Amino acid sequence: MSASSSPEINGSAVPHLDVDPFDMKFFADPYPTHELLREAGPVVYLDKWNVYGVARYAEVHAVLNDPATFCSSRGVGLSDFKKEKPWRPPSLILEADPPAHTRTRAVLSKVLSPTVMKQVRDRFAAAAEERVDALLEQRSFDAITDLAEAYPLSIFPDALGLKPEGREHLIPYASLVFNAFGPPNELRQEAIARSAPHQAYVTEQCQRENLAPGGFGACIHAHVDEGAITATEAPLLVRSLLSAGLDTTVNGIGAAVYCLARFPDQWQRLRNDLSLARNAFEEAVRFESPVQTFFRTTTREVELSGATIGEGEKVLMFLAAANRDPRRWDKPDSYDITRRASGHVGFGSGIHMCVGQFVARLEGEVMLTALARRIAKIEISGEPKRRFNNTLRGLDSLPVTITPA
Amino acid sequence: MPAITFIHPDGKSDRVETGDGESAMQAATRHGLDGILAECGGNAMCATCHVYVDESWLARLPDMSDDEDALLDGTATERLPNSRLSCQINITPALDGLVLRLPARQV
Ligand code: HEM
Ligand code: FES
Repeated sequence: MSASSSPEINGSAVPHLDVDPFDMKFFADPYPTHELLREAGPVVYLDKWNVYGVARYAEVHAVLNDPATFCSSRGVGLSDFKKEKPWRPPSLILEADPPAHTRTRAVLSKVLSPTVMKQVRDRFAAAAEERVDALLEQRSFDAITDLAEAYPLSIFPDALGLKPEGREHLIPYASLVFNAFGPPNELRQEAIARSAPHQAYVTEQCQRENLAPGGFGACIHAHVDEGAITATEAPLLVRSLLSAGLDTTVNGIGAAVYCLARFPDQWQRLRNDLSLARNAFEEAVRFESPVQTFFRTTTREVELSGATIGEGEKVLMFLAAANRDPRRWDKPDSYDITRRASGHVGFGSGIHMCVGQFVARLEGEVMLTALARRIAKIEISGEPKRRFNNTLRGLDSLPVTITPA
Repeated sequence: MPAITFIHPDGKSDRVETGDGESAMQAATRHGLDGILAECGGNAMCATCHVYVDESWLARLPDMSDDEDALLDGTATERLPNSRLSCQINITPALDGLVLRLPARQV
């Protein structure tokens, strides 16, 4: 890995790096490269994929909060929708700019609002208790399969109103979506090659008649009747929840459990004060950043922290690196459940900031509360295995043994 | 710079200096004040920056948007006529001395 300054890039000295942030070696341990990216300069250029990169908190935050210059409608992955046909019809929210985004966003904001969370809270909390009952029977289990996956799978598809059949497509579909934001590497190409059955399932489930009344999916369709969205838009907005609502929380809960198992002092603090559960989850989202990166595309030539970026350039935002930028965070590499974590960019920032954040926080909070109330100790009892994805960071397996409280 | 006062549920108060163009929420979190959570970072999504505005100041605040109005229905403690979201109150020199009361909880 080397960093060299090149004055040719639009006249400003943007350091060129030859790192590949979508490479297996990088995924295995991204932190040294994150540091290299942050320290090389406020804006860098990655020769491997011909994109600009920002890894410091200030620049990531600035790009996220200037959607007119750094747009999403040309794709939030490497592929530029102006030059390449998207692999699936673009998202009407994630891959849209105002004013189109404003309208669809308003609908999902209402469907997933803090008020709606109050209504599902008891159900989500009861399911968390049931999961912990089962884990206490098992004592030794895989904290990814049996906890981080099993819990969201036990509530989210039902909350959406999905049929029981075919749910095995959900995680593979989400993993495909998040791999597809990456460059045309093996992860992306293979995922797309195997995508047809998952896409067929998802397209079908997004139709109004396949969504149970009262669920998030049906609520989205109900907005058609009020004229907020059209009948052809509604299924695509349901698709956003199927894409982004499950695997993200699997990795979020997995991250929190992995943190609490690795840092027993924090586990004890949580056990002593269960009101810290929500922040313990939030801090895990900062610390592990389950969603590692997203791209934007410039709509005009722009100057960013002294670097001039031309029109139509892809800019890769390293959310995970920003969440550990020592310029913004005190002791960024320590997991501290009492830290004032709000302001992290693990859920993004600005107009696209995660519209499902309250679902994620609710799941995290009630799960960590149930675990901490009834379990004295969580010990890692085998080698954790990493799961590789172009955008998501998380484990494939985390063998643990628990001691009841 | 204008300064504003936050009164905690136990009656203790904190006076904080605001920065240029800051919202009341940003001033509070920058000073590490307990009682304002601001989970959504000021994006008018979370209602965890809820405050009760001192009655004498209420009329001097900017009008609330429909979004803020809708969100206030989801606050953790009861919504009162003087409820506002502190991330939506930008502090101008005219608001120097503003008094905001903190609710008992934000989630
Ligand atoms: C820990 C869990 C989660 C993480 C880390 C996460 C992360 C993110 C991030 C970083 C963005 C910003 C994208 C951008 O700026 O381009 C985002 C947007 C989004 N998320 Fe999440 N998310 C999580 C859970 C969820 C859940 C549970 C749902 C649905 C129920 C969801 C649905 C969405 C949608 C629809 C968007 C697009 C919003 C827009 O473009 O306005 N996410 N998420
Ligand atoms: S900080 Fe979230 S609504 Fe004010």
